[in-house]
Amino acid sequence: MYEFDYQRPSSLSEAASMLSGEATLMAGGQTLIPTLKQRLAMPSAVIDIGGIAELSGISAGGGSVSIGATTRHAAVADSADVKGAIPALAKLAEGIGDPQVRNMGTIGGSIANNDPAADYPAAVVGLGATVHTNKREIAADNFFTGMFETALAEDEIVTKVVFPVPEKAGYMKFPNPASRYAMVGVFVAQTGGGVRVAVTGAGPSVFRVAEMESALGGNFWASAIEGISVSADGLNADIHGSAAYRAHLVGVMARRAVAEAGG
Amino acid sequence: MPTVSMKVNGQDASADVEPRTLLVQYLREHLNLTGTHVGCDTSQCGACVVHVDGRSVKSCTMLAMQAAGSEVTTIEGLAQNGELHPMQEAFKENHGLQCGFCTPGMIMSAIDLVNRHPNPDEQTVREELEGNICRCTGYHNIVKAVLDASGKMGG
Amino acid sequence: MTEGTGIGAPVRRKEDKRFITGKGRYLDDINRTGQAYAYFLRSPHAHAKINGIDVAAAKASSGVVAVLTGAELAADQIGPLICGWAITQKNGEPHNAPAHPALAVDKVRYVGDHVAIVIADSLAEAKDAAEKIEVDYQELPPVVDIASALADGAPQVHDDVAGNLCYDWELGDKAATDAAFSGAHHVAKLDLVNNRLIPNAMEPRAALADYDSGIDELTLYTTSQNPHVARLVLAAFNGIAPENKLRVIAPDVGGGFGSKIFIYAEELCCLWAARKINRPVKWTGERSESFMADAHGRDHVTTAELALDQEGKFLAMRVSTMANFGAYLSTFATAVPSYLYGTLLAGQYTTPAIYCEVKGGFTNTAPVDAYRGAGRPEATYVVERLVEVAARDMGIDPAELRKRNFVAPDAFPYQTPVIMAYDSGNYQLSLDKAMEMINASGFAQRKADSESRGKLRGLGYSAYIEACGIAPSAAVGSLGAGVGLWESGQIRFNPTGSVTIYTGSHSHGQGHETTFAQLVSDHLGVPIENIEVSHGDTGTVPFGMGTYGSRSLAVGGSAIMKAADKIVEKSKKIAAHLMEAAVEDVEHSRGVFSVAGTDKSVTIAEVAFTAYVPHNYPEGLEPGLDETAFYDPLNFTFPAGTHIAEVEIDPATGVVEVADWAAVDDFGNIINPMIVEGQVHGGIAQGVGQALLENTVYDKETGQLVTGSYMDYCMPRADDLPSFKVETTNTPCPHNPLGVKGCGEAGAIAAPAALMNAITNALGKEIDMPATPEKVWQAAQTAQAAE
Repeated sequence: MYEFDYQRPSSLSEAASMLSGEATLMAGGQTLIPTLKQRLAMPSAVIDIGGIAELSGISAGGGSVSIGATTRHAAVADSADVKGAIPALAKLAEGIGDPQVRNMGTIGGSIANNDPAADYPAAVVGLGATVHTNKREIAADNFFTGMFETALAEDEIVTKVVFPVPEKAGYMKFPNPASRYAMVGVFVAQTGGGVRVAVTGAGPSVFRVAEMESALGGNFWASAIEGISVSADGLNADIHGSAAYRAHLVGVMARRAVAEAGG
Repeated sequence: MPTVSMKVNGQDASADVEPRTLLVQYLREHLNLTGTHVGCDTSQCGACVVHVDGRSVKSCTMLAMQAAGSEVTTIEGLAQNGELHPMQEAFKENHGLQCGFCTPGMIMSAIDLVNRHPNPDEQTVREELEGNICRCTGYHNIVKAVLDASGKMGG
Repeated sequence: MTEGTGIGAPVRRKEDKRFITGKGRYLDDINRTGQAYAYFLRSPHAHAKINGIDVAAAKASSGVVAVLTGAELAADQIGPLICGWAITQKNGEPHNAPAHPALAVDKVRYVGDHVAIVIADSLAEAKDAAEKIEVDYQELPPVVDIASALADGAPQVHDDVAGNLCYDWELGDKAATDAAFSGAHHVAKLDLVNNRLIPNAMEPRAALADYDSGIDELTLYTTSQNPHVARLVLAAFNGIAPENKLRVIAPDVGGGFGSKIFIYAEELCCLWAARKINRPVKWTGERSESFMADAHGRDHVTTAELALDQEGKFLAMRVSTMANFGAYLSTFATAVPSYLYGTLLAGQYTTPAIYCEVKGGFTNTAPVDAYRGAGRPEATYVVERLVEVAARDMGIDPAELRKRNFVAPDAFPYQTPVIMAYDSGNYQLSLDKAMEMINASGFAQRKADSESRGKLRGLGYSAYIEACGIAPSAAVGSLGAGVGLWESGQIRFNPTGSVTIYTGSHSHGQGHETTFAQLVSDHLGVPIENIEVSHGDTGTVPFGMGTYGSRSLAVGGSAIMKAADKIVEKSKKIAAHLMEAAVEDVEHSRGVFSVAGTDKSVTIAEVAFTAYVPHNYPEGLEPGLDETAFYDPLNFTFPAGTHIAEVEIDPATGVVEVADWAAVDDFGNIINPMIVEGQVHGGIAQGVGQALLENTVYDKETGQLVTGSYMDYCMPRADDLPSFKVETTNTPCPHNPLGVKGCGEAGAIAAPAALMNAITNALGKEIDMPATPEKVWQAAQTAQAAE
């Protein structure tokens, strides 16, 4: 690691005031710290927002579940509110990393980083969530803009993510055997506004599969998407799986996610 | 250099450290608690697992500053008044270790696992040990040890 | 199972207390006052000329003590690193051995090759300074796979090694083999790749060198499986210091699996630098360095053929292998794909004619050397995959085909056509028992159940053999070994009757502190809690050869037993004197000396006390009770057995689940069954890792190591594996005093073939390791399409 200053603001406004120049935010640190250790980043300061009370916590009601940005994955996985309203989201959180990562990693950190193989983007897009920041609200479909890219401005801080409660939802992940990140993860939800199918891991950033959404809109059964294949063009390829294999897995995981959702 | 203070194994600890100091470096280099090991540089092997405020974390992926004011328990802090923790006993009794390098982290993860899943089945144990790599045992006897200890940690 | 602490009892390990309480003392836990920290600048290129290295800015960097390069190392006449096994080629010439400088001089040859050592007051400062070193590289095209390296026109890794060929070696009777093939009823053929592995002991390698200018002595703390061998090589070949001025200490070592046998650039450079700067120098490897620069394992490309008659009797086998040595020859690299490989190609079978040829060559990759099993897993993999193919070709049940060809239990000692004379065994017994354990007869029903759930199911056998307890010194000397392979053992009684055992073996997970204590406790009647085992310090332990090749008990344990015999012999004289009896009349049993036909007896504790307080003592006998023995084995030992794997495959994703595992191993006599089972478990896990998960990938174009961390190198985890069913059979080794054979590598040798035979059985199609989901999925697709 290169040297940096460490700051631990106690409020969101204090954190925002510190965020300038080469300073970087840290919530749980599960992505940032490994990056720093490899000397792949050289921030002037690390602003640790992990202890800011107003950014953490889960509340449910009024047809949605709100999860504060620094809420740990383990808290989401264990939350009775989440399990009751959106069990697929609790299950997704329980499958992120390993237990130790889940005890530190946060939803805000995950989506702000937008690793192409992260799990949360699939839920955020799959459920049509709204990302709240200290400046505005951003719809899921507009939030993830590319590999490790989001709509967040440099001085913008995610405060919470609000998930509308779906009628049914399911998440299936095919983990990379080595890293255990999602090689392909598919989140499927039947919502008041229609069916959403969001895929993580397979492409440079999370994406939706319109053909599956419309097929499932008419008939929310796994068999409804049996013949639908996703093009391998533009999908990720590495030693663990070719683009064609990932495309194939999108279909398999989507069907299994639908089945798990009860369709 | 900022001063960072926390409670480690029930004792107050304090040291002046660079902000870039990892919790594992603080424990090993400043407090001489060398039972917590470093086995990788990508947060996967789990040799460095300790408890912070009762939850298992990878001390190689946490700054010492992040643990300021927290209660930290390391492998050295498990035995009480010379009495081994049931998980330590079970690892010995079931031959759940060979070279011993992954063992401290494995035991710390296993205790957290049983705290969260008081009567785990074999599959749960295997899945919950995802963050700990052992190259010696093939996990067979580690799983056996955790199941054994879970029966004894209940009360 | 035996009760108590004697031979055969599952004694809980004496060493565990320190490990489970965080009090183990591994290398990085050791510090020396005033120590400086070393960081190695490594090559980012697979193949490049070094036109110049500018270290001025690095030397001026904060906290820097020294920045040293290959030019200074050469000027001080330190190194180069050596390979200690000479191979004679087909043409009678010695193998080609290019220079292996510890720090690159004019060229780097793999990603991770050592370019400079930076020493600073802190590790962070050393890293900061390393970034300021400017190396003028001129990149050259790399070659990473062995087939390409041996092909015409390949980039030359070493200017003085034409065609990148280290050796072209052969074993066996080519004419007899060819003749048998020409008359064969059927020839089974298989091309296979034995994938390159990275050992990944959980403790990364490390070194701490300390120079005492007052007595001009260097001490090296190092993560070694064989500290005396390290001292010998560093002293005699690398020019570090005379042997009497170099002490090597290997403290608690966190796993080895072969990778810590070798003498590497890092410890050599730390020693050299410590004397140069007159300060202790510490280097602790990071995992990424382990991936780049620990010696890797395996990496063979093989074509193999088996000739059979119409009854399925094996007539001959022909094997042609290309072995990748990486950029330089590591310490024992040359022996692995030759004498540790070709000599095991008879397997458990009576194949009368075998011919094997191996071309070993250089590539722009990390050096390759012994990794758990070393040559023997590669041999078993060839034999057992090929036998399975033959069974499928000929429509003979694979277990039945094996039975038709096993060496019979009454045929021992059995001379194979490839040097080895097997000591003892009962191969069908192991196979039958394993089939019973896995309920082989119920497999068809389980397969039908799987199919009803849309899954594929397969059962795979591996009847392996290995050569352990290495080795008779004269025999290995005649084959090119630069060292003898005996072992030392010392039993030192204290005046109060407690004992310290000193052993040249080194424990890095094997539990020697318990097993060796059991031996002496059982034999000499000393309570096990009164016995300590000391190893790993050349300053205190007699010269020994160390731990690898499943040799510690068969060779090191035998040395301890010989020392125990000497203790008994001397004790009898003292006891006879105390009991006023003739020495010939004294009988010994477990530490009690008695006179036949009387009620007179003395204990070994009394004898020990008398030996150190010799007031009433036999005339002319030396005081003290402390005996050292050296044991040179008469033959290799030949553990063997059968592992059977059962898998279920999801054809939609290609995911293979290891559904069940039965292992039956014949290790001869067993001292501690708990430890033996643990060794088997760990070996199987590494074998499953090789077959299913692990692979080392270098990019063909750039030579970059793609699998350079746990993000891409897939280590087996708890949820990848089942619990294993493990049993043993016992045909005692006839030629060592304990009747033991060795258990450390069996699992890693047996497992890959068992698992791949199960997977290919399920798929109905041959594939190579590792059976990744995509590969299995593709095979399942084509298999289904073929139906």
